[in-house]
Amino acid sequence: MGRWIARVIALAYLLLLLVVPVGIVFFRTFRNGFSPFWDAVTTSQAEHAFRVTVEVALFAVVGNTLFGLVAAVLLARHRFPGRGALNALIDLPLAVSPVVVGLALILVYGRFEPIGGFLDDHGVKIIFSLPGMVLATIFVSLPLLARELVPVLQEIGVEQEQAAWTLGASGLQTFRRITLPAIRWALAYGVILTLARALGEFGAVAVVSGGLVGKTQTLTLYVQQEFQNFDPIGAYSASFVLAVIAIAALIVINVLRPKEHS
Amino acid sequence: MAISVRGVSKRFGEFVALDDVSLEIPSGALTALLGPSGGGKSTLLRIIAGLEKPDAGTVEIAGTDATSLPPQRRNVGFVFQHYAAFKHMTVFKNIAFGLEIRKRPKDEVRKKVNELLELVHIEKFSDRLPAELSGGQRQRMALARALAVEPEVLLLDEPFGALDAQVRKELRAWLRRLHDEVHVTTVFVTHDQEEAMEVADTIALISAGRLEQVGTPDELYDHPANDFVMSFLGPVTTLSGDLVRPHDLELRPTAGTDTTEATVVRVMRLGFEVRVELLVDGHDLWAQVTRETARDLDLEPGRIIHVARATRRQQPDHAGTTG
Repeated sequence: MGRWIARVIALAYLLLLLVVPVGIVFFRTFRNGFSPFWDAVTTSQAEHAFRVTVEVALFAVVGNTLFGLVAAVLLARHRFPGRGALNALIDLPLAVSPVVVGLALILVYGRFEPIGGFLDDHGVKIIFSLPGMVLATIFVSLPLLARELVPVLQEIGVEQEQAAWTLGASGLQTFRRITLPAIRWALAYGVILTLARALGEFGAVAVVSGGLVGKTQTLTLYVQQEFQNFDPIGAYSASFVLAVIAIAALIVINVLRPKEHS
Repeated sequence: MAISVRGVSKRFGEFVALDDVSLEIPSGALTALLGPSGGGKSTLLRIIAGLEKPDAGTVEIAGTDATSLPPQRRNVGFVFQHYAAFKHMTVFKNIAFGLEIRKRPKDEVRKKVNELLELVHIEKFSDRLPAELSGGQRQRMALARALAVEPEVLLLDEPFGALDAQVRKELRAWLRRLHDEVHVTTVFVTHDQEEAMEVADTIALISAGRLEQVGTPDELYDHPANDFVMSFLGPVTTLSGDLVRPHDLELRPTAGTDTTEATVVRVMRLGFEVRVELLVDGHDLWAQVTRETARDLDLEPGRIIHVARATRRQQPDHAGTTG
């Protein structure tokens, strides 16, 4: 009986907060058929925003995959001074509001700040351009991969790796042949989560990009603009594209992921 | 000497795992590092393998100072208690791993792996994943994997510790036969004295981070260096303040110059052996006798009996210890 109540509450919660709103967006997108949707997502502004979003997300995913792997191996396999600090700092992006992250980046890399000014003199533009948006997106999606990998690394333990060492495998060979295959599903899952987070980022990117139409406008910024311009079909359609990419990625990973056997 | 350990110490924080241990392990021998859990024997094995760094002391393998060499360059085979099977690789790939790392030609790898599969009797399972094997089969695979690279020494850390009693017994006897066939210098860690006595040529008894005694199983059993060694290797009981083996006690109907008077408290028949609990001057004592002796003496609770040492007890022999 208690179990049933818990199930109903959990499902109702998800239904009201997630399924119904997303469902309504989908419904509104296609209320007048497919062609208004298609027209809305194939305007040059929407297409450009989509391209910018994908670029930013890819850079952020590559950056955070490399960082996440290194950080997770450090946290799970090594004891070193500063380990506690690293462990705490990795979670910081979850605690700090993305808008604050954006402001902080402007304070460091803005044209009128020492570092940003120096870079600007040498022709490197961070704020109101792609590098700043990538930095902001990296920041907000930083913990996802490492947090996915650390428990898996801890669970598989060090013995397989040590066995590989005694058989002559170098650290890198051991990582590639033993560790990586053992964590590949957690890694894929972490990459997908990072990708989904990067595609959907709004606050930090809104601050650092300036939302310049046809230049630094991402899909989420485009959704907001269309919404404010009373063009709901444009907003719904772009939202639909964002949601479909994220859901498709999650479905793919869950279908591919082998059933855990004990 | 295949392995020379000299003055090795190791701490983990406040805990002293090894305290100035020196040990020589001859080539071709099968040596057991025996001792209670947490006594430091596994740490010593891991230091020999290069998986732990000693705080002090040196390790020599086949005449080369290996103290600062990484595990990759020590040419040791290591077998873990929980197998450490490469879960995503087939049995064949597991065994081939070290050879592939060494970039040996494919034909040579296949030939060598097939030989080893036969040697450890798992040739039927070469295409299976480790998860599809039993514990005993997995451990034999791990052994074949370690042997594939023809190591200078083979190190086994509680190799049968995770197996059930029956498989454990079989694998013990099998390891002994395998060693007689392959002759690689082998060191294995165990906390089971019966296992060490049955399998090893030499036993090094380690307790609380110190080496208590090194010798053949018979030497340790018959000439224990101290009371700890004596009580660790077999059953003991106390007669007038001295440790004796219960089967070294003789029960007689009449008093003599070398006997002590005792009262029978309990008689337990455990198959062929009879365990007799006695009381001497308010102290407990027990003796192990045969059924015949028990019948001849008509042992039953309350009877007065006379206890003597069957053979003159060996005085503690301090030769052969470091520690």
